[in-house]
Amino acid sequence: MNRALPVLTVLLGIIVIWYAAAVWMNSTWVYDQARRAGTTVSFAEMVPQTMNQARPMLPPPHQVGTELWKGLFGQAITSKRSLVYHGFVTFKGTMMGFALGIVAGVLLAMAIVRFRVMDMSVMPWAIISQTIPIVALAPMIITLSSQLGLSGRDVPKAIIAAYLSFFPVLVSMVKGLRAPDQMQLDLLKTYGAGEGETFLKLRLPASMPYFFASLKVAVAASLVGTIVGELPTGAIEGLGARMLIGSQFGEPLIMWAALFAAAILAGLLIVVVGFVERLARRRMGVPG
Amino acid sequence: MSVLVLAILFWLAAWALNVWLAGSSVARTRLGKALVPLIFGITVLVLWEGLVRGLNVSFVILPPPSAIAAKIATSLPTLWQDAVQTILKGAIPGFLIGCGSAVLVAIAIDRSPFLQRGLLPIGNFVAALPIVGLAPILVMWFGFDWQSKAAVVVVMVFFPMLVNTVAGLQASERMQRDLMATWGASYWQTLLKLRLPAAMPFLFNGLKIASTLALIGAIVAEFFGSPVYGVGFRISTEVGRLGLDMVWAEIVVAALAGSLLYGIVSLIERWVTFWHPSQRH
Repeated sequence: MNRALPVLTVLLGIIVIWYAAAVWMNSTWVYDQARRAGTTVSFAEMVPQTMNQARPMLPPPHQVGTELWKGLFGQAITSKRSLVYHGFVTFKGTMMGFALGIVAGVLLAMAIVRFRVMDMSVMPWAIISQTIPIVALAPMIITLSSQLGLSGRDVPKAIIAAYLSFFPVLVSMVKGLRAPDQMQLDLLKTYGAGEGETFLKLRLPASMPYFFASLKVAVAASLVGTIVGELPTGAIEGLGARMLIGSQFGEPLIMWAALFAAAILAGLLIVVVGFVERLARRRMGVPG
Repeated sequence: MSVLVLAILFWLAAWALNVWLAGSSVARTRLGKALVPLIFGITVLVLWEGLVRGLNVSFVILPPPSAIAAKIATSLPTLWQDAVQTILKGAIPGFLIGCGSAVLVAIAIDRSPFLQRGLLPIGNFVAALPIVGLAPILVMWFGFDWQSKAAVVVVMVFFPMLVNTVAGLQASERMQRDLMATWGASYWQTLLKLRLPAAMPFLFNGLKIASTLALIGAIVAEFFGSPVYGVGFRISTEVGRLGLDMVWAEIVVAALAGSLLYGIVSLIERWVTFWHPSQRH
């Protein structure tokens, strides 16, 4: 309770500020309507009218909540209007990108730790690759894959998500695979262990805590990548596409509901990855 | 076909050179550390050119680097106009406002442990959310011009920066703070002379994350509406017209700007936190 109270207080504060902002931002429309009708509205009459507009500048929390509820539970989950359906499309893309990112990051880290040339020539470019805004590449990756005859958007989305999520894995794995100190390496040498055995029995287990620590960052990055991959040029499925549709048709409620659905998805992913991390740590005998 | 063979030969030769360089004593010098990645980069470009020309890859799939360079040379004014719109007007002001306000808020909540305990978990959570999704909403609020792009950037960089600054302000040690107390230093003196300097490594960590986020935010926001110039606008329209050389030219601009911003932040970091172990060579 001691830890929940401050968080709840701040959340309550955010909701109060949100309501105040909704009244302030939506009031323009109410006054505008009143002036056109030739009437005047008092402040007390204006406030209720800001709470239930069809196209509000800023929908108040309860409107977003209703829309989210309708999107999540109001219809069959196979319906094109269901946020569960779109969320699942985004989730699929995120997982594909996440898996691809982990494989790429781990393989690259293994090569970098093994070969000095790789370390010197590839590592600086891996760092530079993250300063390049991937979103600039996103529309091009999508056209490129359709030119190559890959129908559907799963592959380009996964590539964009992987591009964002491989980096945290790479950095942590390089650190982790280098974690064993000279003494431990020497010990394995006295046992007559070859390079492969040293890798399997010392370096790999030693890198596991680093690996799992990087997964949380990687999964969040992968979700951002997937949503960005759904934004440009004509996607119709996924939470990113819902946001784009809401923006193009001037339906703010769709945008807000999709945004909160994405937030819920992000929260679930982080909780699940955190759970896997704890499980793995317990199996490896790390306390806590 | 001979172009492809030449490119592959060049690749093998450059790789052998790099292997030799990495094993020799040159690798420990500054020159060697810059030379090896440089050779690798050039090899990638040569291989790319060779593959595209040798295999007759269609221009709409992948233009060769030489065509991209030619496009950059002939359309410098357009590229400059786009860069001014997206980077100088959208990303940089948003970056400064977002990071600046995050530091101020972090200092403001620093005095209240209650607020810290409340804001930190929420800040941590929001920092992991796909904030880019706010882009269409902010474009609706602030219009199509650079103001909405700056607003997206402000929201994107705020939370990572806040979390890092709050962590940084707690980085000074008990002993050091006690020492300041024995000297009779006031809250503000302790903040300015001990805790803010001690927080600098964390601050710069946040600034580095924010510098890449800033460009992402500014470009994504342009997908939702922009004037008829800007990096994001140009990319999305040229992709539609299959003007892939122009798209790549804009990607080069974005990459240069991103690396430059990151580089500037790193330089200032080296200058400000010269005392930190990670900066000693």
